[in-house]
Amino acid sequence: MELDSDDKDLLAGRRGPAMKLAMELVLQAGRIMGAERLQPVTFAHLDACFYNGQAHIDFAQYCLDHEATFAVPTWGNNGVVSLTHPQLYEGHPDREMVEGARKLLELYEALGCKPTWTCAPYHLPGGPKAGDQIVAGESNAVSFYNSVTGARTNKYGDYLDVACALVGKVPFAGLQTDEGRMAQLHLSTDEIPEEWKRHDIFYHLLGHHVGRLAGRRVPVVSGLSGSATVDNLKAVSSAVAASGGVELWHGAGVTPDAPTLEKVWRGGETHVLTRQDLAAAQAVLSSGRDGPLDVVALGTPHFSASEFADVVTLLQGRKVKPGLRFIITSSRFVMGYIAQKGWADILREAGVDVIGDICSYYAPGINTMRGRVMTNAAKWAYYAPGMLPVEVCFGSLRECVESAVRGEVWRDPALWNTLS
Amino acid sequence: MRIAGTILNAGEAEGPALVLTEPLSFWGAFDPRSGRIVDTHHAQCGVALGGHVLLLPETRGSGGTPGGIAEAVRRGTGPLGVILITPDINLAVGAQVATALYGRQCPVIAVTEAEYAMLIRQTHISIGADGTITA
Repeated sequence: MELDSDDKDLLAGRRGPAMKLAMELVLQAGRIMGAERLQPVTFAHLDACFYNGQAHIDFAQYCLDHEATFAVPTWGNNGVVSLTHPQLYEGHPDREMVEGARKLLELYEALGCKPTWTCAPYHLPGGPKAGDQIVAGESNAVSFYNSVTGARTNKYGDYLDVACALVGKVPFAGLQTDEGRMAQLHLSTDEIPEEWKRHDIFYHLLGHHVGRLAGRRVPVVSGLSGSATVDNLKAVSSAVAASGGVELWHGAGVTPDAPTLEKVWRGGETHVLTRQDLAAAQAVLSSGRDGPLDVVALGTPHFSASEFADVVTLLQGRKVKPGLRFIITSSRFVMGYIAQKGWADILREAGVDVIGDICSYYAPGINTMRGRVMTNAAKWAYYAPGMLPVEVCFGSLRECVESAVRGEVWRDPALWNTLS
Repeated sequence: MRIAGTILNAGEAEGPALVLTEPLSFWGAFDPRSGRIVDTHHAQCGVALGGHVLLLPETRGSGGTPGGIAEAVRRGTGPLGVILITPDINLAVGAQVATALYGRQCPVIAVTEAEYAMLIRQTHISIGADGTITA
């Protein structure tokens, strides 16, 4: 591996043992990845602030004690506890986890990480742009940044994400390179009617199906109209990373790396998306039976301002059925925006809880949820049944809001009559 | 039997072999508090990894793996060392961080499929600092 004088200083311990360890971790990863050189980066989004035991705290404390500093602007993923809603944890039996998770966020902020605490950092201003070389670790953030933003990152696991942000460099390999970003399989959506592609649920089902087909490979999807919204592309990015291990997908004519299909695709394995595929994805994700609802959970990944606007519109001034819990998770930044717009008050009065900093299927305090839960997020529907004692009904955003008002799962005939 | 493995994380280990019949994720499917496999879909759910040299074909990729292995090494519930076929960065990073923070070694070594097939028939394995596996 080629190293410059700064790299050699770090490795020799001239900037302390934590920066030395960071450099050793980057080089160790580089050797395994087969990289011949390091690539400077301009931005990092950390996943290591998501508490997973004392070792996470010890690592951050070690970095702080030995005066390690981030080389690039560094933001943080959501935590295991919410700092915006401390009341959720009063009397929680696992004090070690609650205190540990809180302390970990404080340590990363002290290290210089911006306290964004969100899995959807791409909704915040000032982030990376197309072509930027960056560091990310959370699976949907990796997928969105690579695919929709057009920035370049591999999926860097815990500690390696921090090490890369401290050093300001990553091994030049995989999705950081032109060659690593070429598509390895192609899915055509030409057989799906345009009308269906205007529904938000289409993109969640598409993403789930593509992730299953692709596994860890890079897929390209053709036939998506240029009118797919950023929220639609976010839904695909999140779903492909959950049902497969996809870190980059292309939408021909839609995403920045793929102005045309040919630009990212040299031929090979090709699939055609059918209505049956969408129906099958719906059957997998909606694993529960439709009926009376206990919870509606939205915001996986964290809700955008435009998604909040859609919920406010769909509510039409109505209230959530009494006794039903309606939770939306989001970031502090977007919560500040909807407060300014007056939407936060509308939602509160309607009976919707907006919670910051956390993920609703992996968070003590709100993971006491049980019973029948409805969500519009493929990622939530995919993971929650294995983590919580819940039955999941999957639906469009309109179906989720309408069901919350009615207190039981409502199905939109405009969707399902045309799919079968 | 001596095999020159590829070092993913250097260190020394010696102990009884424990062979996993399918891949494992060290986040979610493994509990560092007990050192046991907790994924009910895993064929060896309930098995404790502590005190063994672990052999597994590959991990199930998870960005949470480094924390899982580092926390297990910290608590002394983790494997003494790991031998696998498909090199795994996350496992190597977690083991190296544990060594730096706690001074405890957990070597991670990659071998070929043919070498792996021979190793899983052994009952006692040692790993040397230079990546040599002896059984």
